[in-house]
Amino acid sequence: MLIIPCPYCGERPELEFSYGGQAHIDRPTLPSELSDEAWNSFLYVRANPKGRHAERWRHIHGCARFFNAIRDTRTDHILATYKVGETAPEVPA
Amino acid sequence: MTPARFRTPSGGRIDRTKPLGFTFDGRAYSGFEGDSLASALLANGVHLVGRSFKYHRPRGILGVGADEPNALVDIRRDKARTTPNLLATQVELYDGLNAVSQNRHPSLERDRMAVNDRFGRFIPAGFYYKTFMWPRKAWDRFFEPRIRAAAGLGVAPSEPDPDTYSQRHAHCDILIVGGGPAGLAAALEAAASGARVILCDDRPSIGGSLLAAHRVTIAERPAAHWLAETLERLAAMPNVTLLRRTAAFGYYPHNWIGLVQKLTDHLADALPGQPRERLWHVRAKQVVIAAGAIERPLVFPDNDRPGIMLADAARTYLQQYGVAVGSLIVVVAAHDNGYRTAQELKDAGITVVAVADIRRPSPASERARAAGIPVWTEAAIEGTSGKLRVASISITAGGKRETFACDAVLMAGGFTPSVHLFSQSRGKLAWNAPLQAYLPDQSAEAERSAGACRGRFALDEALADGAEAGRAAAEAAGFASQPVSRDLAVTIAHPIGHGGHIGAAPMSIEIKSKAFVDWQNDVTANDILLAAREGFLSIEHVKRYTTTGMATDQGKLSNINALGIVAEATGRSIPEIGLTTFRAPYTPISFGSLAGRARRDLFDPARITAIHEWAAEHGAAFEDVGNWKRAHYFPQAGEDMHAAVARECLAVRERVGLFDASTLGKIEVVGPDAAEFMNRFYVNAWTKLAVGKCRYGVLLREDGFVLDDGVVGRLAPNRFHVTTTTGGAARVLAMMEDYLQTEWRDLDVWLTSTTEQWSVIAVQGPKARAVIEPLIEDLDISAGAFAHMSIADARICGVPMRLMRVSFTGELGFEVNVPSGYGAQVWQAIWESGRDHGVVAYGTETMHVLRAEKGFIIVGQETDGTVTPDDAGLAWAIGKTKPDFVGKRSLARPAMADGDRKQLVGLLTRDPQVVLEEGAQIVASSARKQSMGHVTSSYHSSVLGKSIALALVRGGRERIGEALEVPMPGGPIEVEVVAPIFFDPKGERVNV
Repeated sequence: MLIIPCPYCGERPELEFSYGGQAHIDRPTLPSELSDEAWNSFLYVRANPKGRHAERWRHIHGCARFFNAIRDTRTDHILATYKVGETAPEVPA
Repeated sequence: MTPARFRTPSGGRIDRTKPLGFTFDGRAYSGFEGDSLASALLANGVHLVGRSFKYHRPRGILGVGADEPNALVDIRRDKARTTPNLLATQVELYDGLNAVSQNRHPSLERDRMAVNDRFGRFIPAGFYYKTFMWPRKAWDRFFEPRIRAAAGLGVAPSEPDPDTYSQRHAHCDILIVGGGPAGLAAALEAAASGARVILCDDRPSIGGSLLAAHRVTIAERPAAHWLAETLERLAAMPNVTLLRRTAAFGYYPHNWIGLVQKLTDHLADALPGQPRERLWHVRAKQVVIAAGAIERPLVFPDNDRPGIMLADAARTYLQQYGVAVGSLIVVVAAHDNGYRTAQELKDAGITVVAVADIRRPSPASERARAAGIPVWTEAAIEGTSGKLRVASISITAGGKRETFACDAVLMAGGFTPSVHLFSQSRGKLAWNAPLQAYLPDQSAEAERSAGACRGRFALDEALADGAEAGRAAAEAAGFASQPVSRDLAVTIAHPIGHGGHIGAAPMSIEIKSKAFVDWQNDVTANDILLAAREGFLSIEHVKRYTTTGMATDQGKLSNINALGIVAEATGRSIPEIGLTTFRAPYTPISFGSLAGRARRDLFDPARITAIHEWAAEHGAAFEDVGNWKRAHYFPQAGEDMHAAVARECLAVRERVGLFDASTLGKIEVVGPDAAEFMNRFYVNAWTKLAVGKCRYGVLLREDGFVLDDGVVGRLAPNRFHVTTTTGGAARVLAMMEDYLQTEWRDLDVWLTSTTEQWSVIAVQGPKARAVIEPLIEDLDISAGAFAHMSIADARICGVPMRLMRVSFTGELGFEVNVPSGYGAQVWQAIWESGRDHGVVAYGTETMHVLRAEKGFIIVGQETDGTVTPDDAGLAWAIGKTKPDFVGKRSLARPAMADGDRKQLVGLLTRDPQVVLEEGAQIVASSARKQSMGHVTSSYHSSVLGKSIALALVRGGRERIGEALEVPMPGGPIEVEVVAPIFFDPKGERVNV
């Protein structure tokens, strides 16, 4: 079970969290202006990296807030967590 | 009591003053406290303990611990406490223990399935894939049941497990896995730093190889004294936890390690309620793996007869248990441990007939020869004889064939470091050519290996390595190390030495009989050669094709030899072939330990409403909806479900019915931007919804498909009472939160789940108003004052109420919301008030029929994640002028406007008494192989006196009036496509 540092509450076990998929995919302000292709990639196209992955988590059984994490998909180590709206911090490889 | 025949006169760690009686396959034997079942059987001369998996060959005890592949037994206490597949080497003896062998019919001595052995050449590796391919039906009816019966492990108990299993979460600075020399040295150092230390060991006594040390001193004391002192010292330290009988079975991310501790299996009688096992969830800052090494067998013809075992196992049985595994011993060796074993057995007065070393002469062989042990070097092992016990072994050495009569053959093939946990932690292994072993290389977690599990086999090396690992772990965990065991000088009479062999042992002739690589799954050297010949190159494929290493022992003994054989057959090096993945659990663990206390209601809690008790008292049949228990129908005496539902439906249409709708999801959406949020979230337009009015809301996912629906009431300009489906409540709230927290942070809105705050009593039917009107204060609910789709806060029976005039039945209807603490009493009051009007209570089945008569959809029944609002006939709900809402852009994709999409329609069967099956496919009689859609809901309507159905049909709305077919096993059923509304199409009944 992972230990995830919630930016609001600190380190908590994975059981308290729910996963929210890839981070930094902003919903377009006016979707109607997007081409079908652009809307398609917003809906469905996601990264599947071997290594660092910025992703959303929610401390659903805690403060209930969404936040972002950088996880190494090879080791499942959480390299950083940060609040919604903040830019992803630089973390060493 | 006379000691068993093969018990040595003295020595060992057994308590000779405490004899214990036990049975094996119904025969009575005796052993001593401190014995394992295996050591007690061997003391009585019993080697034959099992039949092999596939060929049903007689098999004996091969090892002494978790690596044992053959000695799987059933331990029977009673019908419920029958545990199959336990290793006799790990079962501790207690008085009255009842052990039974497995996979033999009718007995170990006479197993009629042993015929498989003679037909072995017809059932090689992969025979399942090659043989049982035709006819298809024969596989299910004939082959599989037979194979399963023949290739058996133990049988599961027939009764539920009556024992309790406990779990514990523990945090420590340093977890040490393994209590052998390296683990103990690490524990001394780590504990001295002040760090919190947990040391676990899967055996009943901590000490590892020191438990079987013979003529060994550590720090100028006999090894046994040093061990006792060390354990005493550790046990006295408050920062140290020593866990015996505790196996570390899994290494999970972020240094989370699963331990399973056996608490009562070694006791003749456990205390009532005493947990049988405890699962430890350990979170360690640092881990020291000191898991030791496992001796490898040698692969030679007929190497599996009872009496053939691992050399170090035989040595351990002698030194730890005072048991001679035979009286005429032959050692076959590829490692100096063969000489150590021969020397120690000889010291104990046991006849060692010969040591056959496949290697060239060495100082070790010379020393053994000088000590009077007959030694053959550069020996080829040709085979063995003996029916239920090995009787002789033949070798060729120096061009001469020798056959030795013997009753035990001991194999010393070298040691394989136990890298299982390290590999589970995702650490990378590296092949060490001099040691011929995979060793831990790059770590992925905060751990380090010490001792034999990283190739430090000699005792002095293991102690020094363990101490170093303990110090390093303490420092890494933030403690200052205080060296306490700098001088652990070791003297040793018979050192373990060096050597080892991988693959099949050299033979002078082509192998005719079976040379086993994997004892538990009956995989031979020839099976692996066959796989190589058939083109399987990757070890992962060889493993799956031959099943080598796939038994419950996970190839602890076999994997490396299998690699060696593939390497030799394909001319590649072992690192080129790779290694199969090690997976948790290291040894099998019980479901009970994983479940812990989470059984029955604690595993799957039931959610019940405030009205549940009333429903139960009135005979409701319940159904599960998610975790909710919902009243399904209320049968009266003599009624089946069909009759009860018909009666309930008629009563609602003619008079009035009460329905517990409390499970509906309820969310209060509040704030200055509440209306804007609703506009962006739901498809509907909310701005113009007047305070005090309700609207049916539809929610999509961003991909444009219907996710949820429910009635929404506006209580104030900035306050909405949102209802969701029962199953969708949590999902909808989470999605609302997601958009508010991450996408629309400009909106000032609060969300509160009120599902469990309100009891919801639906009062439906022409008499509904008459039933509740006398109970309501502060609100005029007459038709003119409180129209259909109104909402208001008022009082009922003197308690606060939120009243909605809504209908999911098509009748005049109200939903009375009261704080759930008042739910039962308000329900009772309405029930009493309804008596004069002929009220009934109805359940979810009647609710389903009534709404289907009106063509109202149920999300999840009429929709399946591929249905748009237009498909479901809900396009009217969409706010057409809104610039955006969740899912709007997707509705503009070309595929969403395809006229051939499946659309919601009604179906009427030609024969009105035939009720279609939900989920049934729909075809045209002209094209019976092409599905046009499927039936989503189907009921008998007692009001209409006929069967009705809802369905999703391709281009359905254009097909109204067409005849289609529903193909069923009894022949096609003719149906007519109709509009999806069967009752009161103009909707007049809600407005009375």
